[in-house]
Amino acid sequence: MKYATQKIALAYFSVALALFAIQIVGGLLVGYVYIDPNFLSEVLPFNILRMLHTNSLVVWLLLGFFGAAYFLIPEETEREIHSLMLAYLQLIILVVGTIGVVLTYVFNLFEGNFLLGKEGREFLEQPKWVKAGIVVAALIFLYNVTMTVLKGRKTAISNVLLLGLWGLALLFLFAFYNPENLALDKQYWWYVIHLWVEGVWELIMASILAYLMLKLTGVDREVVEKWLYVIVALALFSGILGTGHHYYWIGTPGYWQWIGSIFSSLEVVPFFAMMAFAFVMVWKGRRDHPNKAALLWSLGCATLAFFGAGVWGFLHTLHGVNYYTHGTQITAAHGHLAFYGAYVCLNIAIFTYAMPILRNRDPYNQVLNMAAFWLMSGGMAFMTFTLTFAGTVQTHMQRVLGEYYMDVQDQLDIFYVMRFFSGVAVFIGVLLLIYALAWPRREVITDDASVPAE
Amino acid sequence: MTEARGLDALPGELMMWVLIVSELMVFGAGLTAMLAMRLTDPASFAAAQEHLFQTGAALNTVVLITSGFLAAQALAWRRAARRMAARAALAGAAALGVLFLWIKGAEYAAKAADGIGWDSHPFFTFYYGLTGFHAAHVAAGIVLLLLVAWRDAPQNIEAGAMFWHMVDLVWVLLYPVVYLLG
Repeated sequence: MKYATQKIALAYFSVALALFAIQIVGGLLVGYVYIDPNFLSEVLPFNILRMLHTNSLVVWLLLGFFGAAYFLIPEETEREIHSLMLAYLQLIILVVGTIGVVLTYVFNLFEGNFLLGKEGREFLEQPKWVKAGIVVAALIFLYNVTMTVLKGRKTAISNVLLLGLWGLALLFLFAFYNPENLALDKQYWWYVIHLWVEGVWELIMASILAYLMLKLTGVDREVVEKWLYVIVALALFSGILGTGHHYYWIGTPGYWQWIGSIFSSLEVVPFFAMMAFAFVMVWKGRRDHPNKAALLWSLGCATLAFFGAGVWGFLHTLHGVNYYTHGTQITAAHGHLAFYGAYVCLNIAIFTYAMPILRNRDPYNQVLNMAAFWLMSGGMAFMTFTLTFAGTVQTHMQRVLGEYYMDVQDQLDIFYVMRFFSGVAVFIGVLLLIYALAWPRREVITDDASVPAE
Repeated sequence: MTEARGLDALPGELMMWVLIVSELMVFGAGLTAMLAMRLTDPASFAAAQEHLFQTGAALNTVVLITSGFLAAQALAWRRAARRMAARAALAGAAALGVLFLWIKGAEYAAKAADGIGWDSHPFFTFYYGLTGFHAAHVAAGIVLLLLVAWRDAPQNIEAGAMFWHMVDLVWVLLYPVVYLLG
């Protein structure tokens, strides 16, 4: 660790990993409800569990991004982070807010209260005070990293990362607008979530990937930067108007069907470019970096993002196809592999690279970490396939033959069972990964009693 | 110095080429989608197309190509160190861009007066979508031409001219397919 303030990242990564574990437990519970629909229906209804599963995902990914920024910005700018205290304050605000959200969801505290209660929305559902807290935390963060970048060396990686992080924070402001009209609510919701995951998050992803490639392969910065700029341009060009693919059936004008179809089809291109980038860098690279696991996660990220976000996204993005598949398990298949490939793997890649450095040890437990990669990625791929088959059957029975929703659900049972067990595989992988990252401090764990325990 | 190969052999700014290729893909996809829709109902597409003002579009083609010539000339003049001539040519190119938009505006106004909107017929969805999106690029191009007339380094003018030729090229692709084909 070259800069003392990089240490901040360790706190962010630790909280992110804890939330990741919670997210996956939530996922297992939701997956089990599909098999046994009345499971926990009184204590934790499905809609609450699902909200926990998706929102904890978003929050831990964000914490991972913040941690990644605190880790790589000192190295890129060759400066210490502006304020250590503010960075920890930001984390505390985010953790308190997250706990507040979970308690409010689960126990439905302060029903109807403007400031403290739920807003009654399907998405972007946080009590107002938490939303305000998120904005304060984001402002602290932006102030802190922007001051650092302004004082230090300016690189393409830190500039693109900063652009992505500013966009992320500014777009969140749409979460405060809660229109009466449900169609408008959806429209503005996509301003946040679509322009995040198919816009500014791609900038964050590309810059973190570029940083990892720079470190792991030793390719010239100049080459990495050229790729980075091209990827960013492609992502913004296709992603912004690609928002139209969410506006097919919510009551927005019909021209969105064509704008959405055309631009979102092109969203495959930046993901393909990112995959090509990662592999070309590894081929060109001269460096044989000891952290093989970080390289595996980086390549896995680029590849699975291309398939999950790119290919599985294109599968149902044309409005003629989406007319039949909208809201079926096809969507769930795409959602799972896209988030896993693009953003979960990205975060784990930077965790795997940074954690040994932050904990001041060599990258041990590579085998365990890589086993976790294959178990998690295999589980996610299997889940994606089962959900894709479930969605195909569902689309045909429900949308083409016109059978009743619940009758069709009965027919999908076998797929839901297989999905649950692929989820179990992912869960075991997550446990292995967290252990490999966070616990061992020695390469060989000995049972010799004369060696002090950890 | 080694000979430039691959992407490095392209003249001008690489990012501008990325943009040009992306734009061509978007307009190409739009035109392809329109032609595919037309195949499903050729008669009513032809009937809808009858409402277009073809003379105005032909005039606009001349206007835009002349404007493109001036932009190309500006780069040549700037490289020959004739800065004022280059600036005048860029201003002229931008003025013709304004003329293009004025004629286009008159065309849209006439459509609106006839009660034709974007959802009157699938043809008009594409008509408004493709020509409107192109017109937005013309507007952006005018700003860009004026910007490079002000900050007139040769590589700036080259980037501006590249963008403007892309706008030209897209129009030359749109014009026959949207207005003439039938």
